[in-house]
Amino acid sequence: MPLNILIADDEAPARNRLRDLLGDIKNVSIVAEAKNGKEAIDLAQQTKPDLMLLDIRMPVMDGIEAAQHAQKIEPKPHIIFTTAFDAYAIKAFDLNAIDYLLKPIRLERLQAAIDKAHALQAIQQTRQLAALQPLQKMRSHLSIHERGRVLLVPIETIIYLRAELKYVTVRTAEREYLIEESLTNLEAEFGERFIRLHRNCLVSPNFIMGYEKRLNAENEQQWVALLKGVPEAIAISRRQQHLVRQA
Amino acid sequence: MRKNSRLPNFQNLGIHLRILLIVNLLAVMAAILLSKQLREFFPLLAQLSSLVQPILLLSLLSLYGLHPILTKLKYWQGVMAIILLETGMTYLVFMFIAYYFSNVLPAEIARPCLLAAIVTGIVIYYFYLQERAYSPAIAEARLQALQARIRPHFLFNSINAVLSLIRSQPKRAETALEDMADLFRVLMSENRDLVPLAQEIALCHQYLDLEKLRLEDRLKITWQINDMPSDAMIPPLILQPLLENAVYHGIEPMPDGGEIIVKIYTKVKELHISISNPYAPKNDHHSGNKMALKNIKERLQLHFDLESSLKTEAKNNRYEVHIRIPFGS
Repeated sequence: MPLNILIADDEAPARNRLRDLLGDIKNVSIVAEAKNGKEAIDLAQQTKPDLMLLDIRMPVMDGIEAAQHAQKIEPKPHIIFTTAFDAYAIKAFDLNAIDYLLKPIRLERLQAAIDKAHALQAIQQTRQLAALQPLQKMRSHLSIHERGRVLLVPIETIIYLRAELKYVTVRTAEREYLIEESLTNLEAEFGERFIRLHRNCLVSPNFIMGYEKRLNAENEQQWVALLKGVPEAIAISRRQQHLVRQA
Repeated sequence: MRKNSRLPNFQNLGIHLRILLIVNLLAVMAAILLSKQLREFFPLLAQLSSLVQPILLLSLLSLYGLHPILTKLKYWQGVMAIILLETGMTYLVFMFIAYYFSNVLPAEIARPCLLAAIVTGIVIYYFYLQERAYSPAIAEARLQALQARIRPHFLFNSINAVLSLIRSQPKRAETALEDMADLFRVLMSENRDLVPLAQEIALCHQYLDLEKLRLEDRLKITWQINDMPSDAMIPPLILQPLLENAVYHGIEPMPDGGEIIVKIYTKVKELHISISNPYAPKNDHHSGNKMALKNIKERLQLHFDLESSLKTEAKNNRYEVHIRIPFGS
């Protein structure tokens, strides 16, 4: 059975080159070609590749983030990164023994990497990828596992993130999603794009229309934030009321 | 003193400004030293100033006029000539004031003349030190460093793109390799002398052809250079690194690419070059960008001192670099 491969690179010549090289290797077939990380994740869900060849520097979503989202796809694809030059990334890969190919790619190196991918256990790879997380300053998307599918939600479409009992609710204009990440970690990662209006809620300032004083359940006056695109308002805790005054 | 020291360019506005600043600072110091109490300071300064400013203005004017002659002299001859000139100028101004305003010759006209000679010496020494700090050897070392900074990212991606063409379109691969050879020949040569603007533009076209190979339709470029003086002389490799920045930060991060706009025109004896690219504020800015800008800024300064400038502005989702270079002098 041939090894199914997905290739992702924003430059057409780079994809052509990979296609040429893979044509020279026995027992592989290309099942999909993507122009960026997001496309790669979408296509990987449809085509279930055994191996993804990901360029690192791509628009919309880079290769490192795509590799992390790809860990939610079943069965987990192997990842090999391709890069022309990225001193930091290369150092990180060396430390974590994840395979990468330097462009221009040589046939022998590609062959060796594919053989190595076969040998490497998927679980082992997940752990190694997690070690790359520091390279990722801020994800461009949140990936949500839902009924066997991975949904990608662009960060800029998120109105607010609210902590529930075990999950965090991700609210966009269309609908709500649940993710299993802690609000504290999300705040650490996306702190500059959201503000904390309440102990349990991070709100994107882009969606705040205004503030209003309302009576809450205990019949006390309380400030709430009115949001674009959704009917519900977000209560502002006493400690964050200075934000209202600044507005 | 080193053999090949040069006098400053007395026809340069930046040099004039520095002379004014130093001499006036010295006058302020003199006023502070002479005044016993702080309230005497301003009247004293005004008094000193009324003597210093005429001498200064006359000096700057005559230095401006005499510059072509001064540059023909040896360095030490030039220094002597300037000190003599300043001393003489001081003597004349004092005589003039004495004759028309006080009718009394100042007791000791030698005192202000000696002071003038010392102040001139200080100013010349300042320029000597400044010239040494920006000596050609150091400037060249900086240029060399800049050349080493062509993005490896661009080199390897281009080679990869050419490799992809060899099987399917060998003719295009040939052209691309020729462009690359030309580009790297310039990048690796010694780039000390000014080059005609047209030559730099030709180089930019070769560079952009290579980038088009990789980025295809994503890279759109508009040249607004109809009013450009092709024979204007500019430092080499001013435009190309800026285009490289524009591609790296403005085109590559965009899924559908974007448009780079290059405008070149002249306005009141100045050459203006503006390069703008799309810009999404969320893309974290690499330090590479600032490196290249800082380098170009330094090179402009080495060539033109204060008469050139480089400004950047991020506005309406576009990032613009604007360069001003003296032209036609």
